[in-house]
Amino acid sequence: MLSDFPLLTLIIWLPIIFGIAVLATGDDRNASFARWISLTGAILGFLVAIPLYTNFDIATGAMQFVEHRTWFERFNVNYHLGVDGISMPLILLNCFITPLIVVAGWEVIKVRVSQYLGAFLIMSGIVNGVFSSLDAILFYVYWEASLIPMFLIIGIWGGANRVYAAIKFFLYTLLGSLLMLVAFIYLYQASEGSFSIEAYHKLPISMTPQILIFIAFLLAFAVKVPMWPVHTWLPDAHVEAPTGGSVVLAAILLKLGGYGFLRFSLPIVPDASHYLASMMIVLSLIAVVYIGLIALMQADMKKLIAYSSVAHMGFVTLGFFFFNAYGIEGAMVQMISHGFISGAMFLCVGVLYDRLHSRQIADYGGVVNKMPIFAAFFMLFAMANAGLPGTSGFVGEFMVIMSAVQISFWYAFLAATTLIFGAAYTLWMYKRVIFGAVASPAVESLQDISKREFALLAILAIAVLWVGVYPFPLTEVMHTTVEQLLIHIGNSKL
Amino acid sequence: MQKLYLLVPLAPLLGSIIAGLFGRLIGREWSHRVTIGLVFVSLLASIVIFMDVLEGNSYNGTVYTWLMAGDTRFEVGFLIDQLSATMMVVVSLVSLMVHVYTIGYMHDDPGYQRFFSYISLFTFSMMMLVMSNNFLQLFFGWEAVGLVSYLLIGFWYTRPTAIYANMKAFLVNRVGDFGFLLGIGMVLAYFGTLDYVSVFVQAPEIANEKIELISGVPWFVITLICILLFIGAMGKSAQFPLHVWLPDSMEGPTPISALIHAATMVTAGIFMVARMSPLFELSDTALSVILIIGGITTLFMALVAVVQNDIKRVVAYSTLSQLGYMTVALGASAYSAAIFHLMTHAFFKAVLFLGAGSVIIAMHHEQNMQKMGGLKAYMPITYWTMFVAALASAGVPGFSGFFSKDAIIEAVHFANIPGSSFAYFCVLVTVFVTALYTFRLIFMTFHGKPRMDKHTQSHLHESPWVVTVPLVVLAIPTISAGWFIGSMVFGDYFNNVIHVLPQHDAIEKLSAEFTGIGAMMLHALTTAPFWLSIGGIFTAWYLYSARTDIPAKIRARFGLIYNILDRKYYIDELYSWFFAGGTRALGTTLWKFCDIKIIDGFFVNGAARMVVLTASMVRRYQTGYIYHYAFSMIVGILIILTFWLY
Repeated sequence: MLSDFPLLTLIIWLPIIFGIAVLATGDDRNASFARWISLTGAILGFLVAIPLYTNFDIATGAMQFVEHRTWFERFNVNYHLGVDGISMPLILLNCFITPLIVVAGWEVIKVRVSQYLGAFLIMSGIVNGVFSSLDAILFYVYWEASLIPMFLIIGIWGGANRVYAAIKFFLYTLLGSLLMLVAFIYLYQASEGSFSIEAYHKLPISMTPQILIFIAFLLAFAVKVPMWPVHTWLPDAHVEAPTGGSVVLAAILLKLGGYGFLRFSLPIVPDASHYLASMMIVLSLIAVVYIGLIALMQADMKKLIAYSSVAHMGFVTLGFFFFNAYGIEGAMVQMISHGFISGAMFLCVGVLYDRLHSRQIADYGGVVNKMPIFAAFFMLFAMANAGLPGTSGFVGEFMVIMSAVQISFWYAFLAATTLIFGAAYTLWMYKRVIFGAVASPAVESLQDISKREFALLAILAIAVLWVGVYPFPLTEVMHTTVEQLLIHIGNSKL
Repeated sequence: MQKLYLLVPLAPLLGSIIAGLFGRLIGREWSHRVTIGLVFVSLLASIVIFMDVLEGNSYNGTVYTWLMAGDTRFEVGFLIDQLSATMMVVVSLVSLMVHVYTIGYMHDDPGYQRFFSYISLFTFSMMMLVMSNNFLQLFFGWEAVGLVSYLLIGFWYTRPTAIYANMKAFLVNRVGDFGFLLGIGMVLAYFGTLDYVSVFVQAPEIANEKIELISGVPWFVITLICILLFIGAMGKSAQFPLHVWLPDSMEGPTPISALIHAATMVTAGIFMVARMSPLFELSDTALSVILIIGGITTLFMALVAVVQNDIKRVVAYSTLSQLGYMTVALGASAYSAAIFHLMTHAFFKAVLFLGAGSVIIAMHHEQNMQKMGGLKAYMPITYWTMFVAALASAGVPGFSGFFSKDAIIEAVHFANIPGSSFAYFCVLVTVFVTALYTFRLIFMTFHGKPRMDKHTQSHLHESPWVVTVPLVVLAIPTISAGWFIGSMVFGDYFNNVIHVLPQHDAIEKLSAEFTGIGAMMLHALTTAPFWLSIGGIFTAWYLYSARTDIPAKIRARFGLIYNILDRKYYIDELYSWFFAGGTRALGTTLWKFCDIKIIDGFFVNGAARMVVLTASMVRRYQTGYIYHYAFSMIVGILIILTFWLY
């Protein structure tokens, strides 16, 4: 019975339908009604995703929970869904983050509440669609659709320079993905009329087109991740976005890029991936070292965390292109973990911003005297950001570094500098913001976190510690898929 | 038995969680009762395990699988043998005493519960470190003790010096961990496992493998691995040039200076190298590096201790120097002597620190020895326990430090790898310096005329029992721990745990000469270290008790040397200028120039501006006048016709 049940459709459309319902509540007189519907929708969205994990078969690398319906017969476009060990954890991450976003905006967002919450719910459903699409056009539609809610969130609820940031975000990512569409059309021709991603995986392609396709994909995915040097939209977007927007951007939207490499670049054009691997490794290492140094000098907390996100995502792309199990599984764990940690870091900054309306490190100092509970949470997340063992931040970085040593000592050497830089920029910020004597009358007036904020941070703290102490269940589900992927990309398609 | 193993780390962890999360709820009294009770449980379990190990049992097993990646299992597990059992007893005993002591020392502190939570968390982390049976868990414990050290150095977080010191400690340790993690990566790459026993079994097979880090320059893989691992030890055990964090760590409350920054955590590096003896034995180059680094640390840090006036800083530099002794022992393949000195040092240094803390309480948090003097009359228990510890530290025969230090000096004397003569010189000279600075501390603090103000003097009294009892309890092994040298260093105690190659036979030669502790003490009377030590004590007495006017004259005469020592060779200044300043300058350049100007300014916004510019130019052609369009159509037709005609 269960195998026929359209679980993925439910996971995609339930949040979207709730999102539309929230929009329908209209103006801010019904704000509290909108909040409760959103929370219900978000929690239901998470609950319906749980069977994805409990009924997941870890023994197979094939697609599971597959749904297949014709969409446009003329072009052979299908509503084709399915998940494997790579996409399933990402869907769960997305469904897990959405309720937190709703709660994070609970009292903070006071204008256009229904639209704000509706946008997040709809985006949550769309992102689930991205992760579960097995048809290239369906994927592309979801992919581009996910831009719209985020564009609105930054553009409407953002800070002073929000329009510049929103347009930069939109154009940058849109330009990147257009070439991906071109690649899909080429593959449609080459496969004699198929948009099936799984068919592309098996399609033999000669070297020159492989390289061109790789570059087309690279532009789309590198902008999303973002990789150096196409990262400059991210700090701007983060700084202007409201807290919830930053959390989703860092925790979820960046993962679309990482997912793209695993679903498209590596298996569709494996020879080009091998051929260009050293370039990818160098770009990733620049992200780790160069961005780490830049993060150190930031005066704005959100910018600092944004740059630190770029450095941490550098580990993701780095892990992919070593073509071994430590690297790819490490990169996957890093994506999940970064979802928790960056989300938590942005929430922490949001907690401070909501009180003093400043993101400048210099405006704080001695916060621990007034907000000891908050300081304890922030410490945990800061340490996780610095990759301390026992937190989720360590697992991915550790595995990727272990993977790097197998390929080259110097790759590992550069990657491991994150141990120093990551600790330096995180702890230096922590020291200036949290420690010390009370720095100003504004800090003196701070109140410690409310029950709502406590609940948010506590849930993320549990997630961070759980993955840090016992990552086995997480890697267990991706194990077979990654193994098959490695075998697949080990075979030439020329 | 296996459940007992779990109890050792988990009991303090539970205590830490209770005191940390529910400290306010259960109050101060119950916070210390719970944590002390649970650390006591840990101590009892450790002792039972130690007894079991003495009977010849050992254990190596997995608790749970942390992670599967590829074909490799990363596990959490315990290796219980003579080495880990010894460490467990030392750690839990010192930890328990420090817990008790804290009741007195932190009595009025608002962060009382938090402090107990931290030190229990430390005990858990340290146990995970020493009980581990694999590199991964070792690294976990390694970083976790670093975290607690960070939290505790910055315990008084409103003090600017404390929050500077804790960040410095963490970052300098991270530099060490950077090497350590790469070393672990190399181990995994070449051995395919992180399990100690499997790695050690395979070690001889890769002894001759080479790697070219720079093409054309082959290195032995094993040498690279050992040096990388040792960089980790240099960070944690504060060896030159990564020693700079330890003196600053004295910003933390005194109990943790005793527990973490003297007795246990800083010895983790020593423990690690001893644990890895099957690897280190295969690389003479790595052993030479260790000897030289250890030698430098031993001598030069001891010299700094002579000019310090802060009572805690004297003890801190003494710790650095003593860690140098242990490192030198490792380099001389005298691993058992290193561990033995680790143990005796843990006891006598804990007494020195806790004693110093007792003095500091009595002096109302005054740490400058120039404002002390004559405390002996007011604080007899503190005085006598510290006096005993000072004798042990100076290496006076009969006390624990004598046996362990003498074994190290003799072992270095017998060592024959490059660097050993330099190290021998260092450890020998340092015997004199150690006796000098230790007794300088005793004389300046406890003897002579009181130099404090009247108000402080009128309040002077011995510390309460929670402070003095730990001092007395720890003073017992300070005297007697050395008597076990027969079995621990020269006997077969560490036989299956520590591996020494036949050609590194220093300890073997010493064992052949050893006939008992009595004979060892008698023999010492005829050797240089004994007279150097007595000379140091005498000099200290002469300069700081008999003729107290001389030190000022010496300082005036040798101003340059005094300044260099007082400024700690200007290493802090150099680091803060070169590393901290350089990194910040580089970060700013990359940010302001590369990121903002070039990438974002030129390419990204430049592209946007190009679009605007092009559009504004192209727009001029859309004038909206029909005759303009008609004109361009005619021109177009003419051009096409021209093409057709020719």
